[in-house]
Parts: sequence; C-alpha cells; structure tokens
Amino acid sequence: MSLNTQPNFHNPDKRYFYDYAPGDDFYAMLIEAHRDLSDEHSALLNARLVLLLANHIGDLRILEEAITAAKADL
Amino acid sequence: MLKTYQYPKYPFVRPAELDHPDETRHVPVVVVGAGPVGMCAALDLAQKGKPVLLLDDDDTVSIGSRGVCYAKRALEILDRLGVGERIVQKGVSWNVGRTFFRNDEVFSFNLVPEPDHHRPGMVNLQQYYLEEYLVDACRATPGLEMRWKNKVIAVTPSDAHVALRVETPAGAYSLTCDWLIVADGARSPIRHMLGLDIEGKIFMDRFLIADVVMKADFPAERWFWFDPPFHPGQSVLLHKQADNVWRIDFQLGWDADPELEKQPERVIPRIKAMLGDDREFELEWVSVYTFQCRRMNRFNHGRVLFVGDAAHQVSPFGARGANSGIQDTDNLIWKLNLVLEGKAPATLLDTYSEERCYAADENIMNSTRSTDFITPKGNASKTLRKAVLTLARQHPFARKLVNSGRLSVPSFYVGSSLNTPDRDAFNGRMVPGAPMDDAPVTTPDGTPSWLLNHVGNRFQLLYYTEDASTIDAATVATLTRWAIAPVPIEPLVIATRGTAPDNLATLQDSKGRVRERYDLSPGSVYLLRPDQHVAARWRALDPDAIDAALARATYRDRWTD
Repeated sequence: MSLNTQPNFHNPDKRYFYDYAPGDDFYAMLIEAHRDLSDEHSALLNARLVLLLANHIGDLRILEEAITAAKADL
Repeated sequence: MLKTYQYPKYPFVRPAELDHPDETRHVPVVVVGAGPVGMCAALDLAQKGKPVLLLDDDDTVSIGSRGVCYAKRALEILDRLGVGERIVQKGVSWNVGRTFFRNDEVFSFNLVPEPDHHRPGMVNLQQYYLEEYLVDACRATPGLEMRWKNKVIAVTPSDAHVALRVETPAGAYSLTCDWLIVADGARSPIRHMLGLDIEGKIFMDRFLIADVVMKADFPAERWFWFDPPFHPGQSVLLHKQADNVWRIDFQLGWDADPELEKQPERVIPRIKAMLGDDREFELEWVSVYTFQCRRMNRFNHGRVLFVGDAAHQVSPFGARGANSGIQDTDNLIWKLNLVLEGKAPATLLDTYSEERCYAADENIMNSTRSTDFITPKGNASKTLRKAVLTLARQHPFARKLVNSGRLSVPSFYVGSSLNTPDRDAFNGRMVPGAPMDDAPVTTPDGTPSWLLNHVGNRFQLLYYTEDASTIDAATVATLTRWAIAPVPIEPLVIATRGTAPDNLATLQDSKGRVRERYDLSPGSVYLLRPDQHVAARWRALDPDAIDAALARATYRDRWTD
C-alpha cells in the first residue's frame, strides 16, 4: 500500500450522481468546523485532525509519504 | 447602445378590456414576466393546447448581457419546446473548463466526459438572444397572447380564482385567472404584494462584469483564475459569447465602489492588464453586481405558482439561475396541464414545490460552496484553499476539490413522492426520479436521431427487446392498453434490431448506449414522466404495477374530491 492521492471521498449511506460531490461534502464539513474559531483555535483544530487521522492510518510508511508530499514546494 | 446587438421593440397593443370596464375577463392561466423562465412556462403550456396570457411590464428583451451559460439540461428542455437548435446555432458550445492558480493551470474539467450525447455541456449566448428567440416562438404559438407594457399592480388570490389589476399606458383593467404563474424575477413585485418571504444570505463581495468585443483565438472554454498576476488576490473568469463578445468577470472585494469601478477609465486598465496592451477591444457592457442565495419556503401558494428567480436565487458561479428556472417550468407545466384537464388533483402541484425546492437547495448548496471557495472569509478558509490549490498541481484528489463553480446539472429527485421505488435490481444512474440520459438512436427508416427527441410531453413506457419484430400479440396488447386511458401512456420500443408490429413506435439502439445507460435487459420497462424524468422501472411488463406507478406519479391515487 502506498499513499492514495486519487479522489477517494465516499459515503456508503449516500448515493452520489456527480463526481465532485463527495469531496465537496467533505470540504464543506471542514470549513464548517472552522466557522467562528479564532486563528489559534483553527490551527489547533487542524493539528488535532492530523493526529486523529494519522493514528487511523497507522502505517508509518504511508504517513512518511504524506509528510513528504505535504512538505514539497513549501 | 450595444455595438453588436439591436434591441427589438415590441408594440404595445391597447387591450380590449379597457373598452369594457364593466366586464371582468376570466382566463385559465396568466404568466407574469416575459424573461426566459416566464416564456418557457407560457410556451410549454400553450404547446399543450391551453390558452395562456403572458404579461410583461417592458417592451423589449433583457438589457445588457446578464445570463450567459445555458446548460445541457436546459437545452434539452428548449429542444422539447422547439427553440434549442436556434440557440445552439447562434451560441458558443463548450465542454471544457480550465482553472489557473497564479500562472499555472491546476485543474480542468469536461462537462460531458462520455461521448454520444446530442447537446454539449454548455452553450454561451447573451441573454437577449435567448429572449428574442423565445419571443419569436411565443408569437408563433396559437393560443399564447403576449401583452407588452402590461404591469400587474394588484393581486388578490382567493379559493375560487386570482384577481389581477393590470396597468398599461392606455389605462388599467381587471382580470381573473384560475392559475397565476409568477416569473417576475429576483425582486418579484408580486411576491412583495402578497407579503411572502424569501430567506437566505447576501454575500459580502462585489464583481465587475465587462463584456468586450474583440477578435481573439482563445478556445471556446471557460477559464478561471485564482489570484492571477494581472489581478492579484482576486479571481477572474473568462467566457466566450456570440458575435466575438467576451465576458470577463473580475472579483473586486466588498469595499469596492460600484459607481467608480464602472467607469471606463477604471475598467480598461484592468482588461489591458489581463489581455496585454496590444490587443484591441471595445467595451460592450459594464456592470458591478452583488448577489444572494435564498429561496421561498414553498413555490406554490394556492393558485399562485412561483418560478425562477422570483422563487429562488443563487450566486452566478455555476450558471444555476436561468438554468434552474427553466427546469422549474419543465417540472410545473405538465402537472398544471393535468390539473387544468381535471385529470389530476390540484395537490399534484405540491410536488412541484417539493421537487423544485429540493433542486433549489441543491443549487444553493453548490453555488454557496463555490462562493465560499472563490471568496474565502477568514484565515482558516484561506489557508485550506491555498493547501488545495498548491496540492492540486501534483495530486488528483486535490484537483477535484478545486471549486471554481460547479456548473448547472439537473437534480435527481430521488426522494420524490412521485417515484415508485425499485422492486427489481438495476445498475447505473437512471433511478426513479432521475433526469433521462440522452443517447443516439436510429429511427426505423434509418435516420440517426436522439432518444430525448422522442420522449417528453406525455407519459411513456420505454420497453426494451433485442428484436422488435418478434414482439408477440399479447405484449402489444399490454403495451397499448393505456392508449385511451384518462392519462394515456404511449409505448416506445427500444430494440437492437427490427421494427415492432402494429405501428408501435420503435427506435433502434444504434450504438448500444440506451441499453448501457439504462441497464436494459430484454423485457425491461421504464415509465417516463412528461418532463423526461424516470417515474418507475421494472425488469418485466407488469400492468398492475404500471397502473399503480402512473397513479402515484400523477397523484390520482390520492384523489379525495
């Protein structure tokens, strides 16, 4: 397994008819989570999310790939 | 005023009612507002043989360029009304949109990625042309009376009818009608007169529209820039229209002064920065706009039916305004027609509100998301957008998240109370409530055609078999048993080869696309609504199931009076 950077958002409980829709649902959820937060709290929210999702993935090889991809051209 | 277009002027004709002030004329249906949506409503109903009175307070078409993009589904509806071809011929067809971040292209999309569809994803055409062509069609339609410079100044609904007071240059008169279709636009004077609310939010941003005439060999594509070098920190959109007119849309920010920004000495440098100093162009039209996303709680209020911008408004990113308004009329008119004929209960019109409120919510959701991405408010939103745009160069998943406008597509009415839920297993997306996918077909005489040109305006049974000539007498009898029903259903045989007996309409599935898109197997049946949406489907002909599905799709199963 390596880092999947193909579109991968989906929801087994919902039928989608347009390919951008599941990703848009995720992005809206994320923006909504930041609504009315201070910059400090937004940064903390993002950091907590990274930790939760990293633990869910677990495989350090994939996490290392993700860190490399995220750091590129920074 | 415009260099490329001469506004037609339609004559005011003194209404006969002015000479008979003691009588109040009664008509079945009045449509108020001769914009694209009002005209589609009037045309659709008049083509079904119902008299329609269409009132407009002006005497010409849309001033300046407003709507530009007409989407595949709206074109298919305009095809059904007989005006699609003229719009496609005059307009600029396109499917590809490209999105740039600073200097780099980060994302492109194709609106119709699969082949074998009649209409393109989008046609760009100045709104005044669309309106002019619709006026021509309305004037050529018997039973459709258009009255210019007729302004509705009072509306009094009751259980029995709707009373109107209409003001004209020659005096005022009164009318009553059974049904009033309100298509009087975003500010909707009639909505105000009736004290009905419309709720939503205003977006704190301003955009400059410049329509310019120039010779340019840019491809017919939608180009969108985030933070381009020629307009730093904001977004820019470029569209090609007919007559070498190009639409450029500059984001200005909320603090911009709209009057100042409209001045040519402000506009021209912006355009030169974008196009380079050498390119010659002339300004055709300039305006500064803001927008809001909002809708009414319901679209039918007794005998008063709201359509288009009067009922719902969206941001312009996504071309979901006029396109969704035209889809409103597509949904409403067949239902109103059944009610006018006494073949369905008036409560069927509640499903117009149900289905189109669902669509409006989807349109508002998509255009709000686009607006949030294009004009991020707050540092977290800005950082997340920057993360998406910088990842998009490398990573396909991030490209899908780039939202420069999700362009108008029809809603799948999956939860509609008119649908009969599937009993049999089907693959693909033609679920009950789906807008029908088009596909190439061949008529029995060998002429290439399109599926959608053969459906619509009545209920139909699409029946699939491999060889149409082998259909037996019992099947013919079943397929034709609704020919003289109160709400008739016409059979349409789709076959790989052969022609059906007894003059049953047959289309050959020349490229196998109908079978593929509708997941057909021999004996499969679809019940199709007059607006080209799927009502129900089965793997085999079952007359009782069809009876029940038709009753459900027309609310005849709920008839109480």
